Amino acid sequence: MPAHYLALALRSLRHHRVLTALMILAIGLGIGASMTMITVLHAMSGDPLPGRSGRLYTPQLDPRPLSRGKPGRAVADDLPGSLTWPDAMALLRARRADRQAAMAPGIVAVRPGSTALHPFFAHGHYATADFFAMFGTPFRAGGGWSAADDDARARVVVLNAGLARRLFGDAPAVGRTLRLDDADFRVAGVLDDWHPQPAFYMPRNGHGQAFGEADQFFLPLATALDLKLAITGNFSCWGGGGDDRRSDHCTWVQFWTELDNPARARAYRDFLDAYWRDQQAHGRFPRPAQARLYGLVAWLDHEHLIPADLRLQLWLALGFLGVCMVNTVGLLLAKFLRRGGEIGVRRALGARRRDIFAQLGVESAAIGLAGGVLGLALAQLGLWSVRSRPDGYAQLAHMDTAMLFGTFALAVAASVLAGLLPAWRACRIAPALQLKAS
Amino acid sequence: MPRFPLLASLTRHRLTVLLLVVQVACTCAIACNVALMIAGRVASMRQSSGVAEEQLVMIDSTAMGRQDNPLARHQADLAALRAIPGVKAAAAVDALPFNGDNWSNGIATAPGSPAHLAATAFDGTPGELQTLGLQLVEGRDFRSDEYLPVDSGHDWAGIDRVSVVIVTRALARRLFPGRDPLGRSIYPGDHPVRIVGVVDHLLRPDLESGGDGNEDSTLFPMLPDTRDVTYVLRTAPALRGHVLKQAMRTLQRLDGERILDHARSFARLRADYFRHDRTMLGLLLAAALGLLLVTAVGIAGLASFWVQQRRRSIGIRRAVGATRRDIRRYFQAENALIVAGGIVLGSVLAYALNLALMTRYELPRLPWFYLPAGALALWGLGQLAVLGPALRAAAVPPVVATRAA
Repeated sequence: MPAHYLALALRSLRHHRVLTALMILAIGLGIGASMTMITVLHAMSGDPLPGRSGRLYTPQLDPRPLSRGKPGRAVADDLPGSLTWPDAMALLRARRADRQAAMAPGIVAVRPGSTALHPFFAHGHYATADFFAMFGTPFRAGGGWSAADDDARARVVVLNAGLARRLFGDAPAVGRTLRLDDADFRVAGVLDDWHPQPAFYMPRNGHGQAFGEADQFFLPLATALDLKLAITGNFSCWGGGGDDRRSDHCTWVQFWTELDNPARARAYRDFLDAYWRDQQAHGRFPRPAQARLYGLVAWLDHEHLIPADLRLQLWLALGFLGVCMVNTVGLLLAKFLRRGGEIGVRRALGARRRDIFAQLGVESAAIGLAGGVLGLALAQLGLWSVRSRPDGYAQLAHMDTAMLFGTFALAVAASVLAGLLPAWRACRIAPALQLKAS
Repeated sequence: MPRFPLLASLTRHRLTVLLLVVQVACTCAIACNVALMIAGRVASMRQSSGVAEEQLVMIDSTAMGRQDNPLARHQADLAALRAIPGVKAAAAVDALPFNGDNWSNGIATAPGSPAHLAATAFDGTPGELQTLGLQLVEGRDFRSDEYLPVDSGHDWAGIDRVSVVIVTRALARRLFPGRDPLGRSIYPGDHPVRIVGVVDHLLRPDLESGGDGNEDSTLFPMLPDTRDVTYVLRTAPALRGHVLKQAMRTLQRLDGERILDHARSFARLRADYFRHDRTMLGLLLAAALGLLLVTAVGIAGLASFWVQQRRRSIGIRRAVGATRRDIRRYFQAENALIVAGGIVLGSVLAYALNLALMTRYELPRLPWFYLPAGALALWGLGQLAVLGPALRAAAVPPVVATRAA
């Protein structure tokens, strides 16, 4: 029977070619637009460090004075996102986590010795020794540096693969000397194109840096401070006394810890709480907001990394899909009801409502399937156009297998839903009335 | 035109009519708000920066190595740049509209009182006003004896020593509403700074969407003395590319070790700044047009169905004396009625959607005239979509009435 229904459906669809094309086009456009946006957002909310993110936590303290910010604004969610230098160093020295590192993004002038290359700027991170082991960065050659190097403000640098290739070509880079700003650094290691997305360890700012280019270099935080290298993150100060980086009234350091099990995480929370109380007893942390410890995924949620424009685009696409569906429902309904006579005859000849419903359902499913295929093609086109955008996240816009099936499921679900109402309405046609009328 | 049969026939297709009304309503709600977003983006993209945009080119220069006397180096660079044929004026500055380098100070209007607002400090060498082409509407430009270094080596302490400032008209109005700003003092640091001039417009390096503080700009007679500086050159529009190339060569010749970055015309800077908005604008337009298209197609599709379905009744009406025009106008009136229903529902939806967007995406309130405009557009679209089917209906010959259906 289904094969017969399919044949009937195709005949009916062919009969109203223009109308069929319009319905398929409407569903295809709606599905295509929605799937493009859903895929982009899905790619952007991926896990940056699969298998490791569950053990990573960032402690957050709010050392700012009470008077800042607009009155009446919710204080609970309003965190600076970064720590002050003294707090970061206190947490680092306490060594209460399995691994911990302080870090801040920066920019340095790379000055290749050779005359072939002009000096250029490179973006990277200043960090402490545990950074590499904690985040499991893959090394192509060499390694990171030790805590002793941190203390000694050693002039060592870890390059990401891209910068190493640009500077040294295919020759081994480890052990070579590199002039950054006005100091010579020894290359300690080369990373294997490490580029977690979103870059969860970046400080927040308004420019979507979490989806930008990969870090090109890493060097010890203490060394960067020593040499007064430029910091590019949020550097936020309050009160008087200038913007000295080591002061306790400027937040600019990101801090991450690795805690191997929930018990360790609980213990670290207690430790943070004790630290906060102790500092408060010494006159710091005037705000009532307590110390917090966020897991990586919870932190990404808290930071709302996905740009508002993109979320708006998603809602727009879904609204568009909704209108397209209502459109298809209306057209299918009109089409099915127009076949009242035919349906009446079938009913009079003994077809059950269920049979009519199945027959019409097959017809709407055929439209949905065609719309889904068109939608998939349009989504690929949409993703291709997203990838050509200049935004940092654009390169992430690829469809994986899960999203491919998701698209199809959405298309079929949308069209079956769109077909349900008309089919249900049509199968309620009373046979006698229709026969009499015609 | 008989109204009653028209309504009666619509009640025969209650569900279909309801769906069409819902579709028109959703389209109306979404399209009105999308139009509002488009208008907002266009307005923000068309803001005047206040500078002579078509005549400016600039280069960021960052010196390497120890900097003993950055002021002297800037002087030497500027002298060489001014010597390039075609260059009308040149200045070294630390901020420009759209370039993102925003150094803001809290501005108070009385000593020790809390800051009213934060305003961007634009610092530059003498001649900055002429080079940028800023329009001085009140007061005077800085005198040469008023200039002093920013003193970036000591936490930008120049701001505590500078004596005079030029502000934008918008900032003057925000700080001293209804009063003459000339001669009054503002407090960007701990010390009073006297306003000696007012410029017409100067946008900040970073814009806030929907913010009214985008022209909170202050010009100080302070000389940039960091190792990175932006050289701005004013030239004839036709010479911009040539001058930029010459300037790159000149700067490279004076110091081969420095990094030259962001060499571009101001027009390019503006285009880069709004690139994302342009993409978004395209998407919004596409969404709005797609919606209208789908709705028009839906209306046309349903109308042609109804025409087919009613061929016999049309024939009967023609047979008993209705003209072609009557038939056509019947379908047009039917469509107008349905679309009107959709617009009424859509107006409510549009405001509801607008409220939701206002809280979540900082969209402004929907101005009242968007609804009549949207209604008119949708109504026109509906009439356009129904025209084809209505004409086909009008072409049904009376003889159809005599045939079996």
